[in-house]
Amino acid sequence: MATVIVVTSGKGGVGKTTTSASFATGLAQRGYRTVVIDFDVGLRNLDLIMGCERRVVYDFVNIINGEANLNQALIRDKRVENLHILPASQTRDKEALTKEGVDRVLNELRQSFEYIVCDSPAGIERGALMALYFADEALVVTNPEVSSVRDSDRILGILASRSRRAEQGDPPVKEHLVLARYAPERADRGDMLSVEDVLEILGIPLLGVIPESQTVLQSSNAGVPVILEDGSDAGTAYGDLVDRFLGKNLPHRFITPQKKGFLKRLFGKG
Amino acid sequence: MLLRSSRFAAENIPPFELKGSLFTLTVLHLFQLDRAAIERHLVEKVKQAPSFFNNTPVVIDLEGLAEPPKGLDGVDFNSLYELLRGHGMAPVGIRNGSPELQAVARQAGLPVLPDSRSSASAVKKPERTELAPIRNRIINHPVRSGQQIYAADGDLIVLGTVSAGAELIADGNIHIYGTLRGRALAGVKGDIETWIFCQSLEAELISIAGRYRISEQIDSTDWGKAVQIHLVDDRLVIDHLTR
Repeated sequence: MATVIVVTSGKGGVGKTTTSASFATGLAQRGYRTVVIDFDVGLRNLDLIMGCERRVVYDFVNIINGEANLNQALIRDKRVENLHILPASQTRDKEALTKEGVDRVLNELRQSFEYIVCDSPAGIERGALMALYFADEALVVTNPEVSSVRDSDRILGILASRSRRAEQGDPPVKEHLVLARYAPERADRGDMLSVEDVLEILGIPLLGVIPESQTVLQSSNAGVPVILEDGSDAGTAYGDLVDRFLGKNLPHRFITPQKKGFLKRLFGKG
Repeated sequence: MLLRSSRFAAENIPPFELKGSLFTLTVLHLFQLDRAAIERHLVEKVKQAPSFFNNTPVVIDLEGLAEPPKGLDGVDFNSLYELLRGHGMAPVGIRNGSPELQAVARQAGLPVLPDSRSSASAVKKPERTELAPIRNRIINHPVRSGQQIYAADGDLIVLGTVSAGAELIADGNIHIYGTLRGRALAGVKGDIETWIFCQSLEAELISIAGRYRISEQIDSTDWGKAVQIHLVDDRLVIDHLTR
């Protein structure tokens, strides 16, 4: 039975698409048949991050409207086996996403995939609601910053009340927290919220902390999911995140400031 | 004469115009169609108030009319019309009744007026005098930003945390077994005897029976503490809960 996972946040620019791309890539790397869907109709980005923007012919809305079949629209990733991308339409708007249409496409995808990752648009309007409505699990991406945490809180409320699981009285959507763009030094100084602060406010299990990293920007501009950047902090953190999602018990990395060097230890204090 | 009519034509005044107006009409509630019985009752009524029955326009209401046992064949609105005219009444139309009855009336030349929508049901509605029973509401999940929970006629008990941007409203007391970061409004129908309890006070707003305090007005010594909040002489008082 396929699992539908929504990557959502409420706020924009916190790393939903980066997380969707790396999470889906990580699942596929580990051998699971995975598809990642861009729900951000009109502001198509996932294909850029995944580096397949020039291979988009048909899109999600075409499928919903019956203008193409799934095999025509699904883009096979060239780097990772088992990974497919279903891009959003750039020329439509979110109204094109109907509950019946999305349901039908997801049901069809369930036949051939184990994990269906839904990259939600920002906001709490139709696009975001459609992305989370059918979810079994949710990755709630948040930054260590009060407005982002507040918006994630709002999205958690919507997951608990307006998802299909909530409406039908099924077990609730399983929630995971992804804390992205975390800078331990700045959290230590009190410039940003700490992991503990965020966990206390949101009260859901922490799946992973992604450190603030130059690599994320570079790799998204290059169209490579950051999880494929071996040796990078963010890539490693996403790798851990996927392993934890699949049940491995790994300690969290990148949440404490890096050890100071000898000279800094000597002169740093005081 | 000729001059005058041509002047009318020149000014283009139409021969008539239609305007809506409201009238008070007498309604005759018909309960049966037995012509003899109706006539007997009519004679009696006319005897009581002869001046009332002077070409008085009436509307025949068919709502209370039992379905005629012999079907609609026996229904003769023409004869009913004549009967009423003969006793000083001028039927202007009918209202209510089954569609079949209305069709028969229309054939007899009686217009069908709009139903009296709620007169019957409004009368039937019983007066609620007794107090509603107290109904408490228990919420066993965190209350997230943007959610609003209202406990009508009772207390609101939240077992989790209330996030900033969430709102709790109760006619009675509010108990929070977690951190209160959102708003809590107790006694919103004006009950000044209601209380608010929480394990950690970090609220955006607290209010009892309309007297409120925003977070800025909460003393820093009360911030983050387990407290009970109530009204004393119309002022909000925050006490620390002792363990």
